[in-house]
Amino acid sequence: MTSFVHSHRLSRMAYRALWSLPLPIWLVGFFLGPMILLVWLSFWDVRNFLMTPDFQLANWQKILSANYFWAAYMRTFIIAMSASALATLVALPCALAISFFLSHRARLIILGLFVVPFFTSYLVRIYSWQIYLTENGIVMKTLAAIGMETGSLLNTPLALMVGLVTLTLPLVIVIQSISMLSLDRTLIDAAYNLGCGPRRVLFATVLPATRPGIVLGALFAFIFSFGDFVTATYLGGGKFTTLSILIADTVKSGQQWPRAAVVALMMIATLLVTALASITYAYRRA
Amino acid sequence: MRVSQTTRRLTIAFVGLALIFLYAPILTNFVFSLNSDRFPTIPLGDFTLDWYRLILADALVIDAFKNTIKVALIVAPIATAMGFAAAYADYRFDFIGKKLVLIFALMPPLIPLVVIGLSMLAYLSRIGLSGTLPAVIVSHIVLTSPFAMAIIRLRFSQIDGDLEFAAQNLGASNWRAFREVIIPATKTSILAALLLCMAVSFDEYAVTWFVGGLEETSSVRILSFLQSAVSPRINAIGSITFVTSISLILGAQFLVLRRLTKEAS
Repeated sequence: MTSFVHSHRLSRMAYRALWSLPLPIWLVGFFLGPMILLVWLSFWDVRNFLMTPDFQLANWQKILSANYFWAAYMRTFIIAMSASALATLVALPCALAISFFLSHRARLIILGLFVVPFFTSYLVRIYSWQIYLTENGIVMKTLAAIGMETGSLLNTPLALMVGLVTLTLPLVIVIQSISMLSLDRTLIDAAYNLGCGPRRVLFATVLPATRPGIVLGALFAFIFSFGDFVTATYLGGGKFTTLSILIADTVKSGQQWPRAAVVALMMIATLLVTALASITYAYRRA
Repeated sequence: MRVSQTTRRLTIAFVGLALIFLYAPILTNFVFSLNSDRFPTIPLGDFTLDWYRLILADALVIDAFKNTIKVALIVAPIATAMGFAAAYADYRFDFIGKKLVLIFALMPPLIPLVVIGLSMLAYLSRIGLSGTLPAVIVSHIVLTSPFAMAIIRLRFSQIDGDLEFAAQNLGASNWRAFREVIIPATKTSILAALLLCMAVSFDEYAVTWFVGGLEETSSVRILSFLQSAVSPRINAIGSITFVTSISLILGAQFLVLRRLTKEAS
């Protein structure tokens, strides 16, 4: 009897382990492992073009005292912040319409339409934007046809924003919409009953109540823009070197992986701080 | 909200503009893939299938397509199985630190791809895997399993948690209850997760470029085309990838939404 109970408990534990462990084990092996190596790698030495395990601070000193690193850092940060703000502003009216002005059926279809681009080749879409924005591209020909001459739009901050909003808008709209859809509708009715006009309802009720969704959407837009290298490379024309480009170039050009690791860790640190700050702000009591 | 009909219409029109903005690059891609001019501009040249012929005669492109399919077909079932296991464990069991494990499992999509690419490259080259298809597969499982877990967990949250216990009370073993209650209830979301993982694996280029070495997938091939010069071949190969990933995503959405609307009615 005891052995039966014992084996029963064993099989229950095995059953639990079978479900609970595979993904965590895989991620420890192939996600956490690489991340820990990345930290260690940042202290390695490169001798005669060969990486050697070591524990020295030279890579950190080299990168953190380099002007080109800080220039790229500030540029990446400002670009990501602007893209995040722009995507948030464009998404807000969309999320409002989706959550409040559309029927249930239309809402599902429109949200579905916003999800599709998020999962389709970003590379090819950026290439298409090149076609639009290039010197003889569609946009400039159209502008010229109505008598407005402009220089090439490629390699401008505008082109960067077009690319990054393409990347982030779907995600921000979906997050904001989910947040607005879960809003308690009686709040809005109460505001109307207390005599608020639509504008007041929006600014005093809807927006404050959906702050977590708006902030989280902006955070995701920031994270994605901060890590992107495609937009800056193919719409910025290499004029706007970002941290991701710095990493890709360093890796491509040879053995300076330890320095690239320092840049990568600075990126992660920045994202962690930004994420913590925005989550604290999002859920702080008003 | 009680707003004027004009405001209502204007905001809905704004949604239309946002959709046009997001779909415009996809549409131009299709248009120019069928256009004879070397440089994509208006007015359009003649209708042609030359760019498709060109890429389908390109051994590098064909090899890349083969690799893409191989990778996706191996990645999707493994990532879905692991995502399912994690979602089921979260739904069924309680243990200390569960929240932390979940956050950890959802992390990979939030870390910049170049950072994951660099760390994977360093790690996999130390265990002798970098530059191989298994390296691509291993990394894609890391990148896609969070999506599988999320979509299947969403389904679990709609299932009545007592059903499985009821089955067990009626004498079903763990496995029997699992087979007869859990599997039928989650079937469609498992299929949806498979499609979604394939779509994500299909379009991934950054990490693949780092760890794949000479083994290219079609997305990495597009990246190399982009690096060389403007070429209408990108439109052709892009159209093929668009059709594939859009079908996969629409399929996944259909499966998820059909379940939602069925429950609503």
